[in-house]
Amino acid sequence: MPVKEKKRPAVDAGARVGGPVYLDHSATTPVDPEVADLVHRVMLEGWGNPSSKYKPGNAAKIVLERSRERVANLLGAPKEDVFFTSGGTESDNLAIFGVMEAARDAGRGDHFITDAIEHSAVLHTVDALREDGFRVTVLPVTAGGFVEPDALRDAIDDRTVLASVMHVNNEIGTIEPIRELAAVAHERGVLFHTDAVQSFGKEALDVRESEVDLVSVSSHKIYGPKGVGALYIRHGVEIRPRQFGGGQERGIRTGTENMPGIAGFGAAAELCGERMDADRERIGALCDRFLGWIRDECGGDVLVNGSRENRIYLNLNLRFPDVEGESLLLALDLDGIAVSTGSACSSGSTEPSHVLLALGLSEQEAHSSIRLTLGRGNDEVGLRYAAECIGRHVRRLREMAAW
Amino acid sequence: MRPFLAEVHGNASSIHSAGRRAHEGVETARRRVARLLHCRPRRIVFTGGGSEADNLALKGVVFARWPGPGRVITGEIEHPAVLQAARFLERIGVPVTWLGVDEHGLIQPSELEEAITGDTALVSLMLANNEVGTIQPVKELARIAHEAGALFHTDAVQAAGKIPLDVEALGVDLLTISAHKFHGPQGVGALYVRERVELAPLVHGGKQERGLRAGTENVAGIAGMGAAAQRALRGLDSMAEVAGLRDRLERGIRDRLPDARTNGHPDRRLPNTLNVTLPGIRGESLVVALDQRGVALSSGSACKSGSPDPTHVLLAMGRSAEEAHRAVRFSLSADSSERDVDAALAALDAVLDEMANTVRFLPCK
Repeated sequence: MPVKEKKRPAVDAGARVGGPVYLDHSATTPVDPEVADLVHRVMLEGWGNPSSKYKPGNAAKIVLERSRERVANLLGAPKEDVFFTSGGTESDNLAIFGVMEAARDAGRGDHFITDAIEHSAVLHTVDALREDGFRVTVLPVTAGGFVEPDALRDAIDDRTVLASVMHVNNEIGTIEPIRELAAVAHERGVLFHTDAVQSFGKEALDVRESEVDLVSVSSHKIYGPKGVGALYIRHGVEIRPRQFGGGQERGIRTGTENMPGIAGFGAAAELCGERMDADRERIGALCDRFLGWIRDECGGDVLVNGSRENRIYLNLNLRFPDVEGESLLLALDLDGIAVSTGSACSSGSTEPSHVLLALGLSEQEAHSSIRLTLGRGNDEVGLRYAAECIGRHVRRLREMAAW
Repeated sequence: MRPFLAEVHGNASSIHSAGRRAHEGVETARRRVARLLHCRPRRIVFTGGGSEADNLALKGVVFARWPGPGRVITGEIEHPAVLQAARFLERIGVPVTWLGVDEHGLIQPSELEEAITGDTALVSLMLANNEVGTIQPVKELARIAHEAGALFHTDAVQAAGKIPLDVEALGVDLLTISAHKFHGPQGVGALYVRERVELAPLVHGGKQERGLRAGTENVAGIAGMGAAAQRALRGLDSMAEVAGLRDRLERGIRDRLPDARTNGHPDRRLPNTLNVTLPGIRGESLVVALDQRGVALSSGSACKSGSPDPTHVLLAMGRSAEEAHRAVRFSLSADSSERDVDAALAALDAVLDEMANTVRFLPCK
């Protein structure tokens, strides 16, 4: 199955009218050219080990701290509270295991609360925590896709240590009321973590206002390089490291720093800060019109999964009754249009999306859904073309289903 | 890496063509890294670096058997990633045995034979030491581990790209490498995992890397590691030249400072590493002084820089704290030239000259 590298065409759908159109920005984003240049430059010129004492090492140290400041600024956090990791998944694991294990060591509790629509980086820790003897409560969500603060309040007991609810869901884009949830947690002295991988740089999140204690973010979702993320840890939160070694990142996350990646992450974060309002305005308006075009092309029956209120501006999770989402995805791929049927991490599996099931959809309904997530590279021409292709395939697949 | 930063931006787990191209990039890199280690591509697990791979090896083996018996045997001169992971296991109740080394930094196989017990889950001993370059008799050590029914892990971070690596010939079950130690990018490493070795993952989440390491693949970094592995394999031939340069540097230092003492094994040593104890000069002062003249070297491993403690490696080899403080490490590469070596020696001359005219003997504490 693997194709030889040389054979890879630069853009294989380039010859087609309208394509390629990338509509999977929640899976990953293209690296901003400015950021890619910086990554490349740091790789070639600033390759020192920041722990070394000579000049290349010192330069690396400066880049490291500057990037930390840039990421911290976007969170409204002091830079000392931001720790670089290898990505969002590692940040989530570090936050949850780190806090739970530290609390157990100190005899402070053993109970963790999360919800049913979290990313697998959080949900899969649940099994591991239970195996380790921790207690875990998984909260349900409303049909719109929201965790209710009252449900959290009821779930908290005297031994609850940490609650983790994502800021924006990766499949349906709903924005969770993390400010209220964090307040509920704090009423009872419970720490609050949020996986902000999908919202970071797109929806405002200020740790001073929202009062969350831990925040996971990732670079490759904000037009930065893959393989780098960060965890914000409020000063004073006790956390046990998951990895041991040279003591980098003040012992919280050891290992030689990924300098080009960290530099790129910092630059991407700064760009996101500058462009946040403009991106929201332009991409949000495009997204609304895109849905209209799709409905026109498909002739009605197109349903939106999850609430349309309190939803990130770039996400459409659509259900086409009588159409198999995976068939639609593959047909669109041939037209040069990239969409997904759920999160990339569970692609290739035949399981229906756990998020859509948690909203109360049937397996069949979940299987007839696709996720379209827009980004900076999308424009009206591309989206009109995509809507046209979606309409064509949906009509065709429906005819086949009827037959 | 460039194409994977700028053009191929898919998530390697996505099934559309952008994702598949990223996936192909990852798999091409996997084949290249596998070739460097002489194993099948599916035995390679990409990680966020050497430290993570070491942690995965140690904790992964122990936790996969948890709460079964799981003694770990490791060495005193391991890299902090192994040392600290072992200390962590010790703290949570896992029995750990620490093996010492001789004056050359060599682990004696007979010591492992004596230390190993029936309940040993894992023996982790590095292939080549990062500070003095001594190459351990890993093949023999692995054989002893296997005879006792234990798995064998080796941290080959310093060895990769400098000496040929063959996991079959070495007979190891787990082997760690890191891209940035063989001219690849930082932030990416790999763990070789022999078939049927059971490991508990450290990072839970998506099913990337066959469930052993969740998280969106660092496609560009991995592609860079693959390209670096390919070059490293080709570059092994030039390592004899690097050893020649290293010897030239060593001779030059001895000419200037006859009492300089080389640390590490005289023969079983990485071709690029030179660790010397200099008479009457504090290593750290020399690092700073040479840096001002454009020569980068270190006084110990980078991970411990900034720490005032003498290096644990030299102490384990029987050196005093004072001797350890007077040691410096030069590590060369295929990019180093005779001119670089001569420039370093000239800079050393200048430093010595300056010191002779100011304070010759910097106090060591």
